[in-house]
Amino acid sequence: MSVSDLLSIVPGHAALSVALWLIVGSILLYMARQPAHRAILSLGNILHRGLRIAAQSLLKAEAQLSLRNREVLLAAGREATERIVEREFDRIGAAVTRGMSEFPALKREVSEEITKIEEEHQQSSEVPPTPPAWHKAVEAVAKIPSSGDSMVAGVLAEIHKSMVKAQDKTVDEYRKSSHKRHELLAKMLPHWRRLEQVTERMDKNVAGLLDRSKSIDRHMQDHEEILKGTDRAVQMLSSSSITQFFIAALVLAIAVGGAIINFHLIMRPMQEMVGGNSYIMGFKTANVAALVIIFVEMAMGLFLMESMRITRLFPVINALDDKKRVKMIWATFVMLFILASIEASLAYMRDILSQDDAALLASLASQHAAAAAGGGAAAGSRWITTAAQMGMGFILPFALTFVAIPLESFIHSLRTVLGIIGSYVLNALAVTLRAIGNMSRFAGRALVQVYDLLIFAPLWVERQLKGRTPGREKEEVHAFAGDSSMKLSQVGR
Amino acid sequence: MKRIFGLPAIAGLLVALLLGACSDEATPHTRGVYMLLDTSGTYAHQLDHAQRIINFTLAKLNPGDSFAVARVDTGSFSEKNIIVKMTFDDRPSVANEQKRRFREIVDDFVKNVRPSAYTDITGGVLQAIEWLNEVNPGRKTILIFSDMKEDLKKGYVRNIPLQLNGFEVVALNVTKLRSDNFDPREYMGRLDAWQKKVEAGGGTWRVINDLQRLDGMLGN
Repeated sequence: MSVSDLLSIVPGHAALSVALWLIVGSILLYMARQPAHRAILSLGNILHRGLRIAAQSLLKAEAQLSLRNREVLLAAGREATERIVEREFDRIGAAVTRGMSEFPALKREVSEEITKIEEEHQQSSEVPPTPPAWHKAVEAVAKIPSSGDSMVAGVLAEIHKSMVKAQDKTVDEYRKSSHKRHELLAKMLPHWRRLEQVTERMDKNVAGLLDRSKSIDRHMQDHEEILKGTDRAVQMLSSSSITQFFIAALVLAIAVGGAIINFHLIMRPMQEMVGGNSYIMGFKTANVAALVIIFVEMAMGLFLMESMRITRLFPVINALDDKKRVKMIWATFVMLFILASIEASLAYMRDILSQDDAALLASLASQHAAAAAGGGAAAGSRWITTAAQMGMGFILPFALTFVAIPLESFIHSLRTVLGIIGSYVLNALAVTLRAIGNMSRFAGRALVQVYDLLIFAPLWVERQLKGRTPGREKEEVHAFAGDSSMKLSQVGR
Repeated sequence: MKRIFGLPAIAGLLVALLLGACSDEATPHTRGVYMLLDTSGTYAHQLDHAQRIINFTLAKLNPGDSFAVARVDTGSFSEKNIIVKMTFDDRPSVANEQKRRFREIVDDFVKNVRPSAYTDITGGVLQAIEWLNEVNPGRKTILIFSDMKEDLKKGYVRNIPLQLNGFEVVALNVTKLRSDNFDPREYMGRLDAWQKKVEAGGGTWRVINDLQRLDGMLGN
């Protein structure tokens, strides 16, 4: 007996059976109306409340994450500004030390220049020519009237002549001494220039110090804002962190490109060392070995940068005393140098293997093995590619050393970026859950209406029957309204 | 307590990884190729094509792969029919030297080959199955350079089902005989019979007549 047979109330009359089933269904649904309404509304409410609580929890988590992000950002910013201020003070200290060491020399230089200028100034001071001592006596005699005496007139003329001569001589001497003074003054000019240069140098040093102090002021201002934990500081640090993240990611992507080239340089010759047909967990051993060499080089580079205090990823290395640090610098550098030399050798070997492969392929391609011999014009310039490969093999490990700098920025900024992303995700999830919760509440209400729509026939009959007893109908209407309002208030809660 | 327990666990894991890495039981990445050269009748004069295919195969094979070339003659189920067989060394430079030697041996064979009276392809395939199973590479390929027309000497029993599970059989340069031109059904029937025989044994069957399409012969 099939399901359709079971459902057939009146055999052979499918439509009648369906109609009867509909009537039976409607009556059953009508009978279960009140509990069904309550069940649907309760389900909607449960979903609404549950999702609302979940959304609240997510929002709390988001708030905590935001707070943590803020703390991380401020701590990172504080550390960064402290480092910058520290560096600026170091520079000022170095500048002051340099300036102070120069100061005695400058002072001596200035004193010497001043002494020279003074001496030359003294030498160049104008001394008026002393008139002859007998000048007044002669002048008095010259004023005696000649009274027509020719002898007196002659004497006076002689006196006048000697006076004019003496005058000329004095003027001549005066001119000579003036010329000498001018020469002395001209000699003073380089000394003045030298003095000017010295003062300019001092001025420049002082201006440099002033600039640095302004920079320190600015950084100190930032530092104070970070210490206060102002929103501006957080915003500034956040945007700076995201910028750092993208820049570091870009540089790391470039470094990855370099590492890939490096890998291809040493992968082939590695097959000669570890075999071309052995595998470690599904990966060619030669490839794994080449990767390990590259990773070791990068690790050495990282340690080198740490030891040089360019990066600060490992506090243990940073905390080492200077002697040990210098030893570590040398140790890592030597290892890096050895690895770079090995890579250069491997690159050379790769070239030899490539040539061998090319020769074999050429011999296999030609029907006669002898035809493959000889390399033509390209063989002459083969050394260029060999040298280039060896050079790259040697340089790339050192170039990869500098990956430590963007790596540090990337790691530091990654915390912030992940925090921001996490915060956004939590927020979006909370909003979604709240929306679903609200939708479930309204869906419950809508389902109640749909339920009533399905049993519209019994409800219509009910209304008709109640219409005949108006007093009772009123009561029922009030009761239903009260029930609905109660439900709505429950939903609202 | 946690740390004491953690260290041996990490050490154990590393040892397990290393042991797993060093295990030498299977060679799933290697390839084994066995090539049968039909030296019967006029086919002996087409061996320069076979040389091209052998050279191409040599160029395609990697260190660690295995390659053998055998002749198909009156009785091919014999080690004596193997002209040259090699499993290439792990080191590329040594493998290259082996390939050169391989080529020289094949060249010598082609120069001095004498046509055989009969063609025992099934015997050759059985020998190929035996050798490839012994070498046990990751992928097993049998190349048959022949017109696929078997011509057995009286007394030779070759009505044997082939065990070709995991084998790829490629018929190369299947030339049409003069009789095929009269009745092409003979040619098609021949190929069809071989395909059924190979597929019944669990192998895969391909035909490559255009030697320009050799690129796809050994797959990737």
